[in-house]
Amino acid sequence: MNKKNHWLILSPYLILFFAFILLPIFVAIFLSFTYFNTIQPPKIIGFQNYITLLTRDEIFMQKVLPNTIKFSLIVGPGGYMLSFILAWLIAQLPKIPRTIYALILYSPSLTAGVTMSVLWRVLFNGDQQGYLNALLLSLGLIDKPVQWLQSPDHLLTIMIIVSLWSSMGVGFLAMLAGILNIDESLYEAAYIDGLKNRFQEIIYITIPAMKPQMLFGAVMSIVYTFTSAGIGVALSGTNPTPQYAGQLIVNHIEDYGFLRYEMGYASAVSVALLIIIYIFSRISWKLFGE
Amino acid sequence: MIKAKNNPQSFHKSQIKYHLILIPISFVMLLPIIFIFSQAFKPMDELYLYPPRFLVRKPTLDNFFELFRMTQGSSIPISRYLINSILTAIATVILTIIISVLAGYGLSKKKFKSKNIIFSLNNLALMFVPTAVIIPRYLIIQKMGLIDTFWINILSLLAMPIGVFLIKQFIDQIPDALIEAAYIDGASDLNIIFNIVIPLLKPAIATVGILAFQAAWNSAEASIYYINNENLKTFAFYVTNLTALTGNTVAGQGIAAAASLIMFVPNLILFIFMQSKVMNTMAHSGLK
Repeated sequence: MNKKNHWLILSPYLILFFAFILLPIFVAIFLSFTYFNTIQPPKIIGFQNYITLLTRDEIFMQKVLPNTIKFSLIVGPGGYMLSFILAWLIAQLPKIPRTIYALILYSPSLTAGVTMSVLWRVLFNGDQQGYLNALLLSLGLIDKPVQWLQSPDHLLTIMIIVSLWSSMGVGFLAMLAGILNIDESLYEAAYIDGLKNRFQEIIYITIPAMKPQMLFGAVMSIVYTFTSAGIGVALSGTNPTPQYAGQLIVNHIEDYGFLRYEMGYASAVSVALLIIIYIFSRISWKLFGE
Repeated sequence: MIKAKNNPQSFHKSQIKYHLILIPISFVMLLPIIFIFSQAFKPMDELYLYPPRFLVRKPTLDNFFELFRMTQGSSIPISRYLINSILTAIATVILTIIISVLAGYGLSKKKFKSKNIIFSLNNLALMFVPTAVIIPRYLIIQKMGLIDTFWINILSLLAMPIGVFLIKQFIDQIPDALIEAAYIDGASDLNIIFNIVIPLLKPAIATVGILAFQAAWNSAEASIYYINNENLKTFAFYVTNLTALTGNTVAGQGIAAAASLIMFVPNLILFIFMQSKVMNTMAHSGLK
């Protein structure tokens, strides 16, 4: 038996993994310590970018960071809890209605965020032709059309609603499968031991029995939260978003990297984002890891 | 004593309360999707109607014809973008499946020292958000000489940690004895993969295929950042741009909806056909 060929089998994946996942992270860390404008070679400047990020970047501190925290705390845990609740609800039904509901709830996540923003832009259009405006005007709730997507007051809220709408993704399916695969005898034994109601059943049996799926769901919801962050630019049609109202860290990276060509600084922001994602994941592993 | 009722076999009136919660939620989830369908088939006069009407009355295919006519004046017809997207999606699906099956098999059934490290690293990479490192990725792709090549549409999508993860978890269910028996009979790894593993792995392959298709079909990233040559860009990119150009005019809304529908429907159909296989795979998706 040839012993070493596991490397041969793994090599296509490992090479791609290295080139497109690991290496970019290392390069980001290296560049974050440099000044790099893409024309001259990068010049090492130590922690300067990080110091600027923490002390001098007012937009980052006043707009981008608060927006990101608000967006990710609502869309991440919110979408996650919604996924679990909906998965649990449909697990209480027989196969055919369950499949239909699962399909309906999963289908928004099949729409690409960017292309769907066409439709959201029509629904939230700022003139009286916009569907939401037309509805609210006819109900007499507002007396003139609201600029939903251009107004700093509403953009972030709409981004959160749209992201929650499509957050029932792979994590939701995993949780559904997890609930359906729990051994029935666990519940029976627990009721003999004095379990009183369905709420206790969820807390003491369902969630502990599907911890691995809960963790997978948590990881997927973290990824979803940070990949869906481009939605603000797609909805408002501009980067930066109006008065930075929907500006998230990802948009800030693009703003500095591709519009201002300050690659070193943008890389420092990338590293900050990676650290934030990592902290979120540590929290999930602490909660659901074994 | 109350009995657990997960996964019941048939209808019982205690289930009515769940329907009462789920029906309104499903309705809200479906509204925007019904809206794309409705908008895409609206004739011009219904698009201009005030007050706007949600559902289409006299459906027509005009928006789709208009979408295809729009590019007639320009040097690149819309079919070019569509073909690029179809080729990208097919190649991404096939290559991702091959690469993930090989890696998943290696990580599940081979015994070697650094196996656990590689798998943990892969689990960590489940959280990889490409947009977070878009700049270093751009620089690496530039160094590799892949800017403005068709390959970059595909290559940047092939490393799919979630694909390797799901396939590895699924192969873990296949008993080692089966693989060992084949070894003793003199089968090579590739023989084992093709003759034993792949037939048992169909649900996981279908799932990874769908995820890869979705990633490729919906992706505009490569076209935005790594490709300047219009001839090589994908349909997702075209739709994104179309929105910027026409999405704000009333007439453009119908066309944009038609384009969004073309983006959405293949994903939906694939999922409907494969959903039982996806659920089967998800049963092994637990992360420990």
